[in-house]
Amino acid sequence: MLVSGRSVLLTAALTLAAGSAAAQSQFEKYQKMVAEGSPVELFELVGEGLWKKPQGPKNASLEQCDLGLGAGVLQGAYARLPRYFRDVDRVMDLETRMLHCMMTLQGRSLEEATKRLFGNADKPSEMEYLSAYVAGQSRGHAMAPGQSHPREQAAYELGRKLYFYRTGLWDFSCASCHGEEGKRIRMSELPVLYKPEAARPLIATWPAYRVSNSTFKTMQWRINNCFRQMRTPEPVFGSEVVNAMNMFLTVTAQGEPYRGPGTKR
Amino acid sequence: MADPMKIRATLKGDLADVRVLMGHPMETGQRKDGAGKPIPLHFIQEVTVKLNGKTVIEGQISQAISRNPVFSFRVKGAKSGDKVEISWLDNKGDTNRTEAAIA
Repeated sequence: MLVSGRSVLLTAALTLAAGSAAAQSQFEKYQKMVAEGSPVELFELVGEGLWKKPQGPKNASLEQCDLGLGAGVLQGAYARLPRYFRDVDRVMDLETRMLHCMMTLQGRSLEEATKRLFGNADKPSEMEYLSAYVAGQSRGHAMAPGQSHPREQAAYELGRKLYFYRTGLWDFSCASCHGEEGKRIRMSELPVLYKPEAARPLIATWPAYRVSNSTFKTMQWRINNCFRQMRTPEPVFGSEVVNAMNMFLTVTAQGEPYRGPGTKR
Repeated sequence: MADPMKIRATLKGDLADVRVLMGHPMETGQRKDGAGKPIPLHFIQEVTVKLNGKTVIEGQISQAISRNPVFSFRVKGAKSGDKVEISWLDNKGDTNRTEAAIA
């Protein structure tokens, strides 16, 4: 009786293991299917229009925005971010730099330019459209964020520290969820992002379109939402914290050819 | 600014793979806005595909199709450089069209 009971348990354990492997491949299949019908290109097209549209008190477009490779150079620019910018003496990621260009080139105020950073399915935000367009101009370029300047190295170190720093109501760090192999939330796997093999495919596909709510999500949104889920106040847009976190993740993923903007569940 | 459209047409042997992405809200009429008022129906009802100016597909679609529809189909006997033109008409009378050459 005891022996047969144990064999039943063993069989159940084996079935469970096989079930989770099959579920994973089904999930990959699903991801491939949604990627085929992804409307990401539509976001890129609208973003291109916004990039070239004169706006703000100076009635200027963003076409002369210097994303690090020179004014107006978009090809491969996203893959080289975050990086140190001499003109502002700090590290900036894509969204932070675009906000800087809106304020300097277009003469817009911080309040006006950051009034609506995150959109919804009916009305995506300007930042979301622009991120899609600019990131799309780096397809095929290997991710190579700046790592030579002391400020770039400091940002990486701060980002790494933040990743493992436990804080907030629940005493969570990023590593509480993204720190162990084989974890997931519902059908989303939780990649161990301090390991290059896990960070590479992720960084290569963000920003991304999210199928379940028909919205385009930026990297800043992704980081904010992790903070929210940790019950920790969301970081300020374009702040040192966000740029450091982005730097840490992107350096960990360096070398991976960019293939986004991606499509997520 | 009208929602954009994008066609990708690639030749594989004598079959051309055509994929079209159409930006459209495709409202079902079932949703309600923040104030609880129903959002009116707004959907593409006709899609027309022309190959070198000749109509090859006339499709009627409905609000059952998702936001930002994607359609793909294959054209037999197409040649490189053939012009594919796709247009739609929605229930409010708005239209959009775009064209691409098969590559």
